[in-house]
Amino acid sequence: MAIVKYTKEHEWIRVEDGVGVVGITEYAQEQLGDIVYVELPEVGAGMTQGAEAAVVESVKAASEVYAPVGGEVTEVNQNLADNPGTVNTDAMGEGWFFKMKIADTGEVARLMDGVDYQEYVESLS
Amino acid sequence: MRYLPLTDGDRREMLAAIGVGSVDDLFVDVPQEARRDRPVELPEHLGEMEVEHAFAAMAARNLSAADVPSFLGAGAYGHHVPAAVDHLIQRGEFLTSYTPYQPEVSQGTLAYLFEFQTQVALITGMEVANASLYDGATACAEAVTMAARITKRKKVVLSGGLHPHYREVTETMTRFLGIEMAAAEPDWRGGEDLASGVDDGTACVVVQNPAFFGHLTDFTPLADACHAAGALLVVVVTEVVSLGAVRPPGEMGADIVAVEGQSLGNALNFGGPTVGVLAARQKHLRQMPGRLVGETTDVDGRRGFVLTLSTREQHIRREKATSNICTNAGLCALAFTIHLTLLGEVGFARLAALNHARAVRLADRLAGIDGIDVVNDTFFNEFTVRLPKPALAVVDALADRKILGGVPVARLIPGRAELEPLLLVAVTEANTEAHIDALTAALREVL
Amino acid sequence: MADVDATLTGNRGLALEEAVIFEQDSPGLSGVDLPEPGPGNDRLGGLGRTGAIGLPGLSEPQVVRHYLRLSRMNYGIDSGLYPLGSCTMKYNPRLNERLARLPGLGGLHPLQPTSTVHGALELIDTCAHWLKVLTGMPGITMAPAAGAHGELVGLMTIRAALEARGDARKRVLVPESAHGTNPASAHACGYAVETIAANVRGRVDVGALKAKLDVDVAAIMLTNPNTCGLFETDIIEIADAVHDAGAFFYCDGANFNAIVGRVRPGDLGIDCMHLNLHKTFSTPHGGGGPGSGPVVLSAPLVPYAPLPVVERRGDGFALVEHAGDSSAHPLGRVKGFHGQFGMFVRALAYMMSLGSDGLKQVAEDAVLNANYLLACLKDTLSVPFEGPCMHEVLFDDSFLKDTGVTTLDFAKAMIDEGFHPMTMYFPLVVHGALLMEPTETESKATLDQFIRTVKGLAERARAGDARHFKEAPRLTPRRRLDETAAARNPVLVWRPPPAQAAE
Repeated sequence: MAIVKYTKEHEWIRVEDGVGVVGITEYAQEQLGDIVYVELPEVGAGMTQGAEAAVVESVKAASEVYAPVGGEVTEVNQNLADNPGTVNTDAMGEGWFFKMKIADTGEVARLMDGVDYQEYVESLS
Repeated sequence: MRYLPLTDGDRREMLAAIGVGSVDDLFVDVPQEARRDRPVELPEHLGEMEVEHAFAAMAARNLSAADVPSFLGAGAYGHHVPAAVDHLIQRGEFLTSYTPYQPEVSQGTLAYLFEFQTQVALITGMEVANASLYDGATACAEAVTMAARITKRKKVVLSGGLHPHYREVTETMTRFLGIEMAAAEPDWRGGEDLASGVDDGTACVVVQNPAFFGHLTDFTPLADACHAAGALLVVVVTEVVSLGAVRPPGEMGADIVAVEGQSLGNALNFGGPTVGVLAARQKHLRQMPGRLVGETTDVDGRRGFVLTLSTREQHIRREKATSNICTNAGLCALAFTIHLTLLGEVGFARLAALNHARAVRLADRLAGIDGIDVVNDTFFNEFTVRLPKPALAVVDALADRKILGGVPVARLIPGRAELEPLLLVAVTEANTEAHIDALTAALREVL
Repeated sequence: MADVDATLTGNRGLALEEAVIFEQDSPGLSGVDLPEPGPGNDRLGGLGRTGAIGLPGLSEPQVVRHYLRLSRMNYGIDSGLYPLGSCTMKYNPRLNERLARLPGLGGLHPLQPTSTVHGALELIDTCAHWLKVLTGMPGITMAPAAGAHGELVGLMTIRAALEARGDARKRVLVPESAHGTNPASAHACGYAVETIAANVRGRVDVGALKAKLDVDVAAIMLTNPNTCGLFETDIIEIADAVHDAGAFFYCDGANFNAIVGRVRPGDLGIDCMHLNLHKTFSTPHGGGGPGSGPVVLSAPLVPYAPLPVVERRGDGFALVEHAGDSSAHPLGRVKGFHGQFGMFVRALAYMMSLGSDGLKQVAEDAVLNANYLLACLKDTLSVPFEGPCMHEVLFDDSFLKDTGVTTLDFAKAMIDEGFHPMTMYFPLVVHGALLMEPTETESKATLDQFIRTVKGLAERARAGDARHFKEAPRLTPRRRLDETAAARNPVLVWRPPPAQAAE
């Protein structure tokens, strides 16, 4: 069964069979407003946990998206090039950014679960 | 104090409303030792007439290129600017507005910048252009850093036909960014080989067309060589009128074009302000520096224009911006656009043809003078001649006769004996047959 | 908007619609008459253009009408109050324009023999002298093309000086309230940027600054007066700390209008400061340029200033264009030719018109006008930091709490009232910032009208009429524009509609 974990930078990662799917959270897309552009990493890029992996832009803001865990990028969501608004309409689903082969599952285990993340978000307002 | 509308009565009322006794009380946060109670040591205010007299006196100590036969070019050209241009750019709504951050009250600026971007894309043969940069030389430096971002490479090859100021500015502005610059020797004969210097570490090759020395080159083979190595070709154009006659860089495979636009709509102004602009391929849009204007609609569905893709820029991206540029050359871009709109398709081509024809005429006349060699086989409106004497001395002797005869190459590239006899001669539509006669006659005297 | 006033043309009286030039093409027309080039061989070497370019053809009257109509869709300082904070939208004297167009100035070619341009070199030298005296600084470079360019050139000069002593260093400190150009310039100079926090008084937290000062810090970049419109009260202590750490003190001079003729930055311990001639010195903003950004320098930096340099020699002047002709260690060239000469003409005309007495009055009236706004609006809007302010006044959006109206909405409603909005959402240190800079060239009557308008709108927002603000502006040539669509699908050049393209 897939597990979903969260970071303090508002990324989510869904892990299934050692492959992680990464995107930004509902809270993050709401804060950014209408997404106009997503810059994705290159397939094959290796990154450590917390490395800058992507950039997401609205009209008046740009935010880095960080790798929630270390690993290698295996696939990127090409659909976002033409339809960046998908991140707004379905942040946790069709609006995913990239998939990665996870180097160390221990890093996943140490991320926040849904309940913790919810509490974290509430603490921000 | 004609620029200050407050009366002493106003000031007293306002101080009372604020609740302070004097204006000094508003400067209390300035450290005591830096507060001044007296004006600085400079002259007191003057009326409009007195200021005019002072400036007229300074102007009188110059020999204006606008008043005498002038064949000066080398990146700044004396063209005729139609009267309507200068009238329109002084409309207060253009002259005294700022960056169009509030699109609802800036549709005028945004619309002309959209026209400017389109005109630049058309004449360069490129897909997109920005809303201007400072000048051609800084645009060249921006093109190089843009190429380095796109290719993620650090090596840059500069042609020996690149204007020396452009080379120096590019070297200075990239000096602290770890970019490795290889500048070729001055290519005054034309025909340099740059392709052999391109390898898989090269970010871009920078060439100029027409070159600093006037030559025209088909850069298609070089573009192919660059692309085969994963590098970009940057083409610099310092005389924008040439694009009315010469095949544009976009048709030669250029990836980025850096243009100096002074020739259209802008006076010489002793070299500034002028207007730089970058044109590029659509796929590299997000790596472009500077402002971009895009088309959209308003809430009532009517077409309008806005600044767009601002996340590339410093006011949002701060240290991660594509450039630190903020203010560009808006009013000079407007002058460019109005002049080019006045010319239109037919007028732009004819202006270019006229420049070229006059230059050919002068080149032929100079070739007939003993001791003068016209170096170029090809040129647009500027070419290099080799004189039997150092060009600096010849130019000074011509200036004594109230003729500005050209730009000695040694003025820009000093300390090289083989360049000392070389003179750049530019001809525009502003040069009459009488100017050409005057120059040839004077040259016969001074050589 | 209800179209009870709809017209057949889309025009509304004096508000005239206008198509772009590409939609007004009459092929073959030109607004410029030029002679026939005449017969003769070309020397283009086979590189002549082959196809059409695609430029439209228009006659002169069509072109004049087109750009005149476009101009009327703009708001300028000549139209009314333009209180854009940190931009110093003051009156641009027309005398400046006339003088810049004198043939003996505007008609000069930059590469004329130096012997033919002594008047121009004198003008540059005189303009430089005024700027040095006003700032109390020993050196200046006139080369930079604009303020941001000046920042970068100033930092590069600092870096060159540091490298010359074998110590380039790694970081530049920038307050969080800084203009975006500051960190961008530091980055373009190869430095890492580190942010310094503000204190509760809206000034740099000196303790936080000192904690970050070490042997890796090349410079601090501080705007003074800062972007909250406040004078940095601890500036001399900051300068001393920066110098003790072996670093240089860069001051962003964007807000010099507050202190021109009254306070000399040289007395505050700064090393380097750019001056935006289009702000303090009245050269036109021109829809976003051209600017000009001379940089004043302290003695240790002078030898590293970029080329070219105008030097007084005997009765005349020399133009030093090459490192080999210089006794110093110049940075190199940062722009083509000799700086924004046309802007020097305008700035010098402005300075001579006002003189030492008038420039002092400029600072005083600019500060007085801003404090008048503060005094009259402090009970209506919300003030994050205690006054007095300098030449601009900062409010935050807490006065709009629970009204459903944002800072942006409020600004758009100001447009319908005939004012250009203030700067919004900058500086970033307060929430929903509204930064107002009236400048000294506004009358009390104009300020009073502005104050009444702001008060009236604030009352309306608090009375719950959010819709009035959400729908604003209503009375402009275009209403709110879809910036999201523009960014998602960028259309940056005009393309013929498909039917026309198929012809």
